[in-house]
Amino acid sequence: MATKVTRREFIRDGVAAFTLSFAAPAFLVDIARAQGAVSRNLVVIYLAGGNDALSTIVPYNDPFYYSRRPAIAVPAAQVLQIGTDGSGKALGLHPRLTGLQTIFNQGKLAIIQRAGYQNSSRSHFQGTDIWGTADPASSAGTGWLGRYLDSLPSPIDPLAAWNTSGATYRALTGNSISVPSITDPRNYSFASPNTGAEAINERNAAIRLASLAGPERPNLAFVNTSAMEAFATLDRVGSVVSYQSTVTYPNNGFAQALRTVAGSISKGIGTRVYWVQTGGFDTHSGQGNAGGGGYANLMSTLGDGILAFYNDLQNQGLLNSTMMIQFSEFGRRISENGSQGTDHGAGGLMMAIGGGVRGGIYGSAADLNPRPDNPTLENAGGDVTYETDFRSVYAKVLDGWLGTNSTAILGGDFRANGPAFI
Amino acid sequence: MQSGNPLLDHLLRRAGFGASAADLQAFSGLSYSAAVDYFVDFEKQPDDVDSKIGLPDYVSVTTRGPFSPSTNIEDARQRWLFRMVHTRRPLQEKMALFWHNHFGVGYSKVAGAVGALVGTKMMANVAGETPGPQGHYELLRQMAVSKFRDLLIAVAQDPAMLVFLDGRTNTKAKPQENFGREVMELFTWGLGHYTENDVYAAARVFTGWNLRNVPGANGNDPAAYQEFIYNAAQHDTTAKTLTFSVAGSNTIPVRTAAAGIQDGIDLITTLANHPETARRLARKLWNFFVSDLDAPDPAFVEAVADVYVRADTDMRAVLRYILTSRWFTNPGNFNARYAWPAEFVVRTIKEMGWTGFSVDSARVPLTNMGQTLFEPPNVAGWQLGRAWFGTGAMLARMNFAATLASNQKFNLARSFSATERAQADRVLNGMLQRLAAAPFAANETTELLAYLNAGGAWTGSDAQMNAKAPGLARLIAGSGEYQFV
Repeated sequence: MATKVTRREFIRDGVAAFTLSFAAPAFLVDIARAQGAVSRNLVVIYLAGGNDALSTIVPYNDPFYYSRRPAIAVPAAQVLQIGTDGSGKALGLHPRLTGLQTIFNQGKLAIIQRAGYQNSSRSHFQGTDIWGTADPASSAGTGWLGRYLDSLPSPIDPLAAWNTSGATYRALTGNSISVPSITDPRNYSFASPNTGAEAINERNAAIRLASLAGPERPNLAFVNTSAMEAFATLDRVGSVVSYQSTVTYPNNGFAQALRTVAGSISKGIGTRVYWVQTGGFDTHSGQGNAGGGGYANLMSTLGDGILAFYNDLQNQGLLNSTMMIQFSEFGRRISENGSQGTDHGAGGLMMAIGGGVRGGIYGSAADLNPRPDNPTLENAGGDVTYETDFRSVYAKVLDGWLGTNSTAILGGDFRANGPAFI
Repeated sequence: MQSGNPLLDHLLRRAGFGASAADLQAFSGLSYSAAVDYFVDFEKQPDDVDSKIGLPDYVSVTTRGPFSPSTNIEDARQRWLFRMVHTRRPLQEKMALFWHNHFGVGYSKVAGAVGALVGTKMMANVAGETPGPQGHYELLRQMAVSKFRDLLIAVAQDPAMLVFLDGRTNTKAKPQENFGREVMELFTWGLGHYTENDVYAAARVFTGWNLRNVPGANGNDPAAYQEFIYNAAQHDTTAKTLTFSVAGSNTIPVRTAAAGIQDGIDLITTLANHPETARRLARKLWNFFVSDLDAPDPAFVEAVADVYVRADTDMRAVLRYILTSRWFTNPGNFNARYAWPAEFVVRTIKEMGWTGFSVDSARVPLTNMGQTLFEPPNVAGWQLGRAWFGTGAMLARMNFAATLASNQKFNLARSFSATERAQADRVLNGMLQRLAAAPFAANETTELLAYLNAGGAWTGSDAQMNAKAPGLARLIAGSGEYQFV
């Protein structure tokens, strides 16, 4: 019964059941905006390349952390201490994550250690696809967010989700939805070689032309649908261009994408799911340590960008309606390689951030001693073994935040033993 | 531009980038097999395209100081686009693009490691333009139809690859797995044919495949470069055991440090020659040349793999087979592939015209369409097919069509004879002849004609042509039909 009530609330609060076609009357757009402004948003943050979780959340009292990483270990004196986990392991954030420390201290950052799945793929592509399908047995087919979007009342708003990256991701693949990929709202406008009435003739002709391919020409219809969705969303996306943020965001792609998301949330254009990615995490070399190097820069980008977004939302009273969840396709090898880097590993790290998040440290850190009977390691002590099934985190987001039925979306019941971060 | 021969048009789109009116003249009177030979035996055509840069009658480049495509990445992008528009060896550029996607080396990581100047050289230096080896793309271009085994060895020793997949830091004390993994997962036979332990062994196989730095006088000295060396002192000479046979044994034997480079040559040879690699390449070639609407026909995969193995991995033989095969020439596969952004942009320029247009104006639109040259999203290359058509990317295509149509407004308007101008349907037919989209259905043609007649009776006046010709060109090039090749 609880699910049913939540579902009803969701329909009330959500971007509901009508299509905002190009010709949608203005009052419908207004309703969507009004509804969007109070609905819950999910911002998925993907760290592309396989984040080295042991450098993000440092087990600074584990002697093997230092003996196995002589060049790249973050010195204990420099970590930003966040206390101990349930197993008594002392943990610290990477020193460049001052932004996340602020959020942690406000009780709004949940750190979920050793998230992953059995027999973790060491391939970027298969791994990313598995995190997308939410099915370790299959890296093909639809994604968990795509299936969630498919489950929304039909017809589904073409802007129900917004991918701020130029790439497409398995997680966003659905059967009946296609998620618009919009990297910069400033480029999202209709150009014409003509002006005035002639440009309008042309735009109307383009819309009609794109509407004519029926299901008997599915490939053409697919392309035309992209065009139609562009026409249908131009005005709402365009409204984000005028957004005035309450804080200054760092000048990098990740932070600017978050700024766009904040603008979209603030303008209430109706989008519920956002996808933001930041790359460079495939740190086979040049990872550096606390003082500098590639990984420290990644941490600054991550922490500073998220803090700006967090503050911007908080200033506008929008933090309680927004949740970020972060993942990466795998963690990295425990022992460093000869390039001041780390190779592909297994269990990784997830984080959840937002007004509705119950902050803290979930799960237990691995013991990095490569003795044969160490249950927290695998691959001859080379890699961290997962502890929390990533699908239990998805389930919590789907049930507890998006108000849907995770069992249906995930094709199984993963609610048991999931971290209670909502 | 349509030739009137649909099979030739198909060949021009797939093995090349479509045809301008001038391009078509080279093919008039040629039989189909002669046309295929023209593409495949491209060395018979002069490699003189670079000498045309900056000349009138060719698409422009935009210079910011001296045009320096070997040392400035934006200029390198312009040169590649220029070549795609004007090359007399279209298949060479087409295969360079195919290999660029296959090997997935991105400029940003390379430049982040070695700086913008040396990084650009690693991607795009033309041998002789500045000191040091040719860049990654030049290598792909020079070896576009060579034996795949030779190409793979050259790529494994290519400085850009040695930076991109970190081989430069692969040492015997601490082997580096990045290249060892991807050479199997992505460059050759793919997941399912090897184990994690094979990856670790492959990393050791390539220890010592490093770079030598030849610094310049200062950070801006174009003489600086890096080149491949086999660093015997850093090679792991111990035996490596794999789950598959390399040169006749599952164990690569202990070798002296001096002879240790043979480990990597043997492994690459095994991988390149393997029938599973042949099949994987055949599937990628199906998607590139035949169709990405339909899954590869197993009979095609086996036939192409067979040619590949019998021809000792020679890609020229493979391509000649494909382009004359019943699969390629089947009219059902015409327009059965989603155009890559670079293909879309280049064909639009070739067909709409380029007078007064700079390829520099295509760089940002290409990024918005999802394909920045020299910057694939990762080592697996771009996501192809439908993945090109996010709403933002489709909008970028439509807007590029609008930008170019606007730029070519008067050329488009004046390209019609008085007889053609007299009737709107003749203008429409002429534009459909010029912009070779997949065939429009009758109701779509009616819609295009309605656009010409919208806003006032058709007169064919200069003012009307100046508005309607670019508007129509933009509608066609921005249509769904035009997004297929």
